[in-house]
Amino acid sequence: MTSSQLLGLSTLGYLLASALYMATFLFKTKKSGIAASLLTVVTFIIQTVGIGLRWYESYEMGMGHAPMSNMYESLVFFSWSIVIFYLLLELKFKNRLIGTFAIPFAFASMAYASFGKGINQQISPLIPALQSNWLIAHVVTCFIGYAAFAVACGLGIMYLVKHSDKNPESNGLISTLPDLKIIDDITHKCMIFGFLWLSAGIITGAIWANSAWGTYWSLDPKETWLLITWFVYAATLHARFTRGWQGKRIAWLAIIGFFSVIFTYFGVNYLLSGLHSYGSS
Amino acid sequence: MSNKKNTIWSFFASVKLALFVLFFLALASIIGTVIPQNSPDQAYIEHYGPNMAKLFQLLDIPDMYNSWWFVTLLCLLALNLTVCTIERLPNVWRIMSMDNLDTKPQRLSKMRPQQEISTSQSEQDAAAQARKTLQNNGWKSSEKTTDEGILLFAQKGPWTRLGVYIVHISILVIFAGAMIGSYFGYKGSVMIPETSTTDKIYKFGSGTPIDIGFTVRCNKFTLSHYPNGAPKEFRSDLDILEDGKVVVSKSIIVNDPLDYKGHTFYQSSYQSYKKFLTTIVNNQSKLNEIFLMEPGKEFRWEEANVSVGIINRNMTDTPGLFQYKIWFSDNTGNAAPFWIVDGDTTTVKTPGNVYTYSMKEFYATGLQVTKDPGVWYVYFGCTIMLLGLIVAFFLSHQRIWIYIRRNKETTQVLVSGSSNKNKPAFEKKFDKVSQGLIDTLK
Repeated sequence: MTSSQLLGLSTLGYLLASALYMATFLFKTKKSGIAASLLTVVTFIIQTVGIGLRWYESYEMGMGHAPMSNMYESLVFFSWSIVIFYLLLELKFKNRLIGTFAIPFAFASMAYASFGKGINQQISPLIPALQSNWLIAHVVTCFIGYAAFAVACGLGIMYLVKHSDKNPESNGLISTLPDLKIIDDITHKCMIFGFLWLSAGIITGAIWANSAWGTYWSLDPKETWLLITWFVYAATLHARFTRGWQGKRIAWLAIIGFFSVIFTYFGVNYLLSGLHSYGSS
Repeated sequence: MSNKKNTIWSFFASVKLALFVLFFLALASIIGTVIPQNSPDQAYIEHYGPNMAKLFQLLDIPDMYNSWWFVTLLCLLALNLTVCTIERLPNVWRIMSMDNLDTKPQRLSKMRPQQEISTSQSEQDAAAQARKTLQNNGWKSSEKTTDEGILLFAQKGPWTRLGVYIVHISILVIFAGAMIGSYFGYKGSVMIPETSTTDKIYKFGSGTPIDIGFTVRCNKFTLSHYPNGAPKEFRSDLDILEDGKVVVSKSIIVNDPLDYKGHTFYQSSYQSYKKFLTTIVNNQSKLNEIFLMEPGKEFRWEEANVSVGIINRNMTDTPGLFQYKIWFSDNTGNAAPFWIVDGDTTTVKTPGNVYTYSMKEFYATGLQVTKDPGVWYVYFGCTIMLLGLIVAFFLSHQRIWIYIRRNKETTQVLVSGSSNKNKPAFEKKFDKVSQGLIDTLK
């Protein structure tokens, strides 16, 4: 087995898991929920082995480095982070329906990595600027944050779906979703968690930049967009803590915040140029 | 007058201002990422037309992050954080240091969560049980006896209320560090050809030379490649000299700079001159010469009567690495032309002499040089920001009161608690205490 076969398999796994979670939501069947969770865990293990194997293969090729150095590898890692974050959330809050709104993100990321235009799947050597242990610290912290924000966005959508239900008393589809209050609370917790890791991601990036270029902040578009994202979540948390915002507003902010994350991740690479250009292929 | 001052004060202390500033900082930063910064004037005119370019000039958009209005926004944020902290800290301090044993029974009966227990045990016995239960669950209690009854109090993490202010202060510390860096530091660069020295570097932008007060020498620059030809490593062997003596030697690569007396030297680029640094030593007489050779040009070493030249070039099996064919002669005759790989040393025999010959491509290393006395303030600010965020988000100030009083035949025990955040987690802890107490008072 090669790493690309395993990662291809995990793309398929997350597709099926997304379908099963969707079925659990649509048909209110308990068994499909258990199957969805099991499949997600198994796929996650396959994906983890795949990432590990890719790491090993890079050493075999004489340019060993952690598999986090280009767009393909980062998408795989993004998907991995979303799944581990979601699985821990499922364990903590004992609710599978969150998966309906979270696992599709993990699938989308894998699918884009596998089939996206202009995405290079080769293991390529690290240019001198990327040869640093801060690479791992920076990428891991940022992506834990991104994963939490992705799930928060899923929860925001879930909130709006539930909120739009005209007669909450009926026994329809939407009645199986958790209470609005609970969704709101978990969304908030995801954003807090993501904010902490995003801050750590910005800081590790700054330290790395300082050890590579002698400047911890150079206002290149990627850095600036990361900071914009940080501003969006900082404002959201302040609005909630001190002005008591919740419900629909927070749900929308979770979605807007994630758009900012996505733009930081993709938009900057494709539309704007700067120091992070190596992340684009 | 006082009222007017209060309005201004509370404006600067308000969260509304914070949200406003964050929103505009985000918006302005978006503009800064979409419109290229610090391009020549002509580029803006070509791209956006003369009228838009004029408007950009007026608003300082080509150098937006240094414009008066962007700096004003940052100042507003700093002022907002400062005033907000001064405004709220005394109140928080009061809550942290207040005597919770003074809390009125009426207030206790309104708190959630709470648990009312009645028991036949005496007040003193019930108090002893309460003390023990709290202790068993990890709460250290203090108590006070009044005419009406006995009040026990225990708390955890009153200091955690400071978390959010630590985060706010950390941002001010980072700002201060950045300002120290920009006033007392500099960023510059210098190109040092191999074997040369410099005691000056050149400031970014203006190119003003700065005297660094010591000498840097680049002994050697090496460039290596991956099997596929991509650059693998830029390495410069540097010496720091003071009064002509080497005090520090370090081989630097990207991500591993050299620090000396507050100056940091980063590997950033290199320049090739298409020349070759060549050393020839006559093994018998020990006479030697170091010189720069250009392809296709004969070099004469008069002292030893040696002529040498590069006559051909070939790629080796290693991508990016070349070998050169050398023609060599001295007064005793010609040596057989030989191939030498870039960076290697070989022995050359002419009819009458033996030489040691080495050559490598001649480079200049491009160093980025910075002095930033503020960077440790920035790192300190970052560290306390993370600690502050953890405290502010995940730790809470939790309080438990146990009020015991005699009511005719029975003793009434009221357990009540409060937590400033994460209430569900606190309720679990609270239930442990109240359940423990119910079990022992039966």
